[in-house]
Amino acid sequence: MTYLEVRSLSKRYGDFTALGDITLDIAEGEFVCFLGPSGCGKTTLLRAIAGLDPQSSGTIRQKGQDVSALPPAKRDFGIVFQSYALFPNLTVADNVGYGLVSRRDKKAAIAARVVELLAMVGLPDAGPKYPAQLSGGQQQRVALARALATSPGLLLLDEPLSALDARVRLRLRHEIKALQRRLGVTTIMVTHDQEEALTMADRIVVMNHGAIEQVGTPQEIYRRPASAFVADFVGSMNFLQGTLMAPDKVQVAGVDFACPGQEGLAPGQKVNLCIRPEDVRVRDLPQGIANRLTVEVAELDFVGAFCRATLKAALKSPSADVAMTADFSSNLIRDLGVERGTRLDVALPPDRLRVFAA
Amino acid sequence: MSLAVPSTKVGLSRDDLVMRGGVVLLAALLLVIVGLPLWALLAKGFEDRDGKFVGLANYVSYFSTPALFNSALNSLHVAAVSTVIVVPLAFLYAYALTRTVLPVRWLFQGVALIPIFAPSLLPGLALIYLFGTQGFFKALLGGGSIYGFDGIVIAQVFYCFPHATLILVTALATADARLYEAADALGASKLRVFFTVTLPGAKYGLISAALVVFTLVITDFGIAKVIGGNFNVLATDVYKQVIGQQNFSMGAVVGMVLLAPAALAFVVDRLVQRKQVALLTARAVPLVPKPKPGRDFLATLFCTLVSIGILAILGMAIWGSLIKYWPYNLSLTLDNYDFAKFDANGWDSYWNSVEMAVGAALFGTTLMFTGAWLTEKTRDFHIVRGVVQLLAFLPMAVPGLVLGLGYIFFFNAPGNPLGFLYATMGILVVNTVAHFYTVGHLTATTALKQIDPEFESVSASLKVPIWRTFTRVTTPICLPSILDIAIYLFVNAMTTVSSVIFLYSPDTKLASVAAVNIEEAGTTAAAAALCVVIVLTSAAVKVAHLLADRFLLDRLQAWRRR
Amino acid sequence: MGDGMIGNNIIRRAALAGAAALAMVGLAAAPAFAQKTKLTVYTALENDQLDPFKKAFEADNPGIEIAWVRDSTGVVTAKLIAEKDNPRADVIWGLAASSTALFATMGMIEPYAPKGVEALKPMFRSGKTPDTWVGMDAYLSLVCFNTAEGKKGNKPVPTSWADLIKPDYKDSIVMPNPASSGTGYLTIAAWLQIMGEEAGWKYMDALHQNIAQYIHSGSAPCVQAAKGERLIGIGLDMRGASEKTKGAPIDLIVPKEGLGWELEATAIMKGTKNLDAAKKLADWAVTKKANELYAKTYAVVALPGVKAAPVNYPVNAEPGMIKNDMEWMAKNRERILAEWTKRYDGKSAPKK
Repeated sequence: MTYLEVRSLSKRYGDFTALGDITLDIAEGEFVCFLGPSGCGKTTLLRAIAGLDPQSSGTIRQKGQDVSALPPAKRDFGIVFQSYALFPNLTVADNVGYGLVSRRDKKAAIAARVVELLAMVGLPDAGPKYPAQLSGGQQQRVALARALATSPGLLLLDEPLSALDARVRLRLRHEIKALQRRLGVTTIMVTHDQEEALTMADRIVVMNHGAIEQVGTPQEIYRRPASAFVADFVGSMNFLQGTLMAPDKVQVAGVDFACPGQEGLAPGQKVNLCIRPEDVRVRDLPQGIANRLTVEVAELDFVGAFCRATLKAALKSPSADVAMTADFSSNLIRDLGVERGTRLDVALPPDRLRVFAA
Repeated sequence: MSLAVPSTKVGLSRDDLVMRGGVVLLAALLLVIVGLPLWALLAKGFEDRDGKFVGLANYVSYFSTPALFNSALNSLHVAAVSTVIVVPLAFLYAYALTRTVLPVRWLFQGVALIPIFAPSLLPGLALIYLFGTQGFFKALLGGGSIYGFDGIVIAQVFYCFPHATLILVTALATADARLYEAADALGASKLRVFFTVTLPGAKYGLISAALVVFTLVITDFGIAKVIGGNFNVLATDVYKQVIGQQNFSMGAVVGMVLLAPAALAFVVDRLVQRKQVALLTARAVPLVPKPKPGRDFLATLFCTLVSIGILAILGMAIWGSLIKYWPYNLSLTLDNYDFAKFDANGWDSYWNSVEMAVGAALFGTTLMFTGAWLTEKTRDFHIVRGVVQLLAFLPMAVPGLVLGLGYIFFFNAPGNPLGFLYATMGILVVNTVAHFYTVGHLTATTALKQIDPEFESVSASLKVPIWRTFTRVTTPICLPSILDIAIYLFVNAMTTVSSVIFLYSPDTKLASVAAVNIEEAGTTAAAAALCVVIVLTSAAVKVAHLLADRFLLDRLQAWRRR
Repeated sequence: MGDGMIGNNIIRRAALAGAAALAMVGLAAAPAFAQKTKLTVYTALENDQLDPFKKAFEADNPGIEIAWVRDSTGVVTAKLIAEKDNPRADVIWGLAASSTALFATMGMIEPYAPKGVEALKPMFRSGKTPDTWVGMDAYLSLVCFNTAEGKKGNKPVPTSWADLIKPDYKDSIVMPNPASSGTGYLTIAAWLQIMGEEAGWKYMDALHQNIAQYIHSGSAPCVQAAKGERLIGIGLDMRGASEKTKGAPIDLIVPKEGLGWELEATAIMKGTKNLDAAKKLADWAVTKKANELYAKTYAVVALPGVKAAPVNYPVNAEPGMIKNDMEWMAKNRERILAEWTKRYDGKSAPKK
């Protein structure tokens, strides 16, 4: 069931278009991430949905009700900011109970609810403390508890993890996701961290220059990026410049590569042939495998679980060496004795190739 | 600033309505206490003495009178020289306070503040005792006279020093230690670090300090009157036109002219400050100076010399207040503190001042802080908020004499429903608050800008009325700044003269005005005594503030501790 | 918990104090509750004269209470004009006659001939019927000479205006700035009247060489001379006399050419709500008793026969008073000040 409908939403500041004609549906209980580089409009969209920075035109419907013209206080949402925005002079318990007190709930009922919420975010003993006495991760949990206290229908998270240490960030990702799943609250999270979006979201909305580039599940976004921008922004991607010879053939530096059939592109057009580093195949290459080429390992960077290799292929055109990166597992490196300067054969599986207009 | 193109009209919540109502009310109030009184006087610049409209005739005659025009040049000259002296002096002092290890830092910090507590009469009197024809150090002037340009500059340096120092201490205190570590690591020489890191870091503070000093000197009239000799400046010209010749039209013209450089300085300051916001980083690592004997010794020496200078002026005033008949009978007496002998109101005027100062501090702080909050936090509503900003900034550029006269014309106009305020303590309080509105408003705005801008968004999402967040969260967090504003108002209310001199009534005469009257009547010692009492009162209040900050606030603000 | 209670208490007490202070401000704004008629009197009398004057009047008029508004002549005059459209003063008692005459031309004065006004010396009356203002006493602009400093610098004692332009006194004279002080104006107006305009300006050109400063106050020059800050002060008489009484080594000198003077006057403001009480004050101000009071501080008073001999005051003052054409003074004020400003003000940079 559609919970939130955004229709033709635009936001302009003078001549600058911060959001252009955004249309988007979010289902009830869904966890959606707005992903994009800074300045892409993702926070603007979130704040428009909250009513904090109203749109210039377009409509927003929440649970079937048109909320486009409602001030924030009349919409139904809880919000968590990157800065936590905890009230520093109130105790954790007062912070969490802040929205409850104004609803004139009974004192005992409020206290019980606060205890429940604090337990829920894993801080059962933090009640009497002041925010400054907590770590960043703990503060963000308090902020989350406060946002959830009034049981809002929509939870808005504005870069909630960006200010935290890497380890804390990892742990909180899981906790937030688990909590969201348990409560079933429709959630929108803004982030510029693609890994965060991939691990947490049910669906990702990739944005750039105030427009939506692609909407899809993490797998869809990763496997089938709809544009060169998405391909580049989410995960790592090699871009090989070439020319489309036929709908299923791209020529790069004089060598033809087979690729999935392209429909929107005309033969003769300049294109980028794209492949993710982990999709470059090295082992057990059968005879006659498509898109085979010989490369030399120019650099080998140890990244931990695997190594990222920079490969140089001397193709037919003498003017340009083609370079790409490929991820080699530790096993592979050991088995094949790969090191700098090693020459080996690789294949670019056609079904892993993507082609975008250059 | 970016203006959203409004096509979707967003409805107003109760919060929005209340806030907008508040802003409108504030705009109306500022219009009444700043805008209309000023206009009531400045409009006279377009009238002749009989009240007939004459267009720009008064301006034409002003600019064709060389003596008057000369005063404008003198004002600029004196302001420029004072600024050039005060700013480096204050910079070094602030540098010593923030970047070196001083033995009695708190003492140096306190001494630097003393001039703020003193009516501008005090340095004038002290300089006459020190360097006048009968002064102790007259020989130092080498036959020159303290009356005139030199005297004005020295007194202005004394008077403006703390203002510049306060701004520069803030500017230098916010430095990022990491920049210095980086410079050290790169092996930059001390001098190079100073010119490439320290100075640029304090650039905005320096510009701000320079402009504040410039404006203070341009608009001040007390010092020029006491020690200016024949050196005419714009502020004394207003006095001459208005008090000497009762020529309000010409006084209004000079007032307008006076407004120009001060307004210009103000606009520059605004533009500079706007850029500064973007430069502040939230994650700076505070710089804690490490002991370094040579540098610390020089810094201590410098601060000691400056402090001696300040204390000498204060000390001279105190000593002068105890002398029987200077310079012919130097025996000491407390008679000069029996103010009833010199002024019909006696000590009453002192208590009036205290009452007025408390009233101004309470009313002014409430108004300024609430007002700044309303202007900062109201959504959209740009035009009315703009009006409020303009009216809040205006008083800084307005000389007190001009504002005071405007108050008579406006509040005493027949049919003004606010006429009941006239000749009461109320009008003194309102006038003082209006006169010092700008700094309080800026302080409050700065404090509000430093707290998380999302508090109001959070409250809205939690359906908590915004004023509840104002009382429960914003105000407690800003308490230190609120106290600062209150103290600022108290101290200035104790010393202000130019604006209230037209407005006091028999029952509400103020100590600062009494001091001027007593001085005019020739009883310098009693005038000095009254100034000393004012300084001591303000200093005592400031000390109480510091103690409160240390002990009381510490308890109320336990949440600041980690 | 204890900490919190203390904190709360302090806040509550602070809030109470604040409320009380606000209430005080509010109370002050409310009209004072009084059974007596409160007469608001604007004055430029000296501070120390106010109390005796008030007590003496109130003793004879028990139903009336005086509330003084006192400041320098310039401030009071400016304030009265600024309040013109909605006067706050009931009566003027002890303000320069030139100011009150100005108010009369502006229609701010309620003409009234006090009982017994006929007895006064003619020059102490406005010349209008009924009188717009009535003089109380005269004050003079004379020369204060510091004898101690004179002896130190071996300077002769001047006896005339002409003496003051001698090179002996280079940079050692102070006088009030006519553009900011009424005393300053009456001083130069006297010279122009005694010497004639042309010679008068020539005299001032020469005097300008000896002037150390034009001060923004009529009483300050004699005070500065009294304190030895300057050798000679040209300015108000009674300040010089009172400084001498306090022990200042000065002589008050009446230049033999004669000197300028100004009257202090009483007048009733048009539109006063306390006209009866105001008239009572105007009546009382011309009585012998009042004149005897004036005579304690002023050498010349309105009522003939009242012996005026303030302490340390020059005895030969009254005959020295020039025949002062007040109308001429008022008519030519703007022209003379403009000329004076052009010649001496502004371009007279401080002398090094």
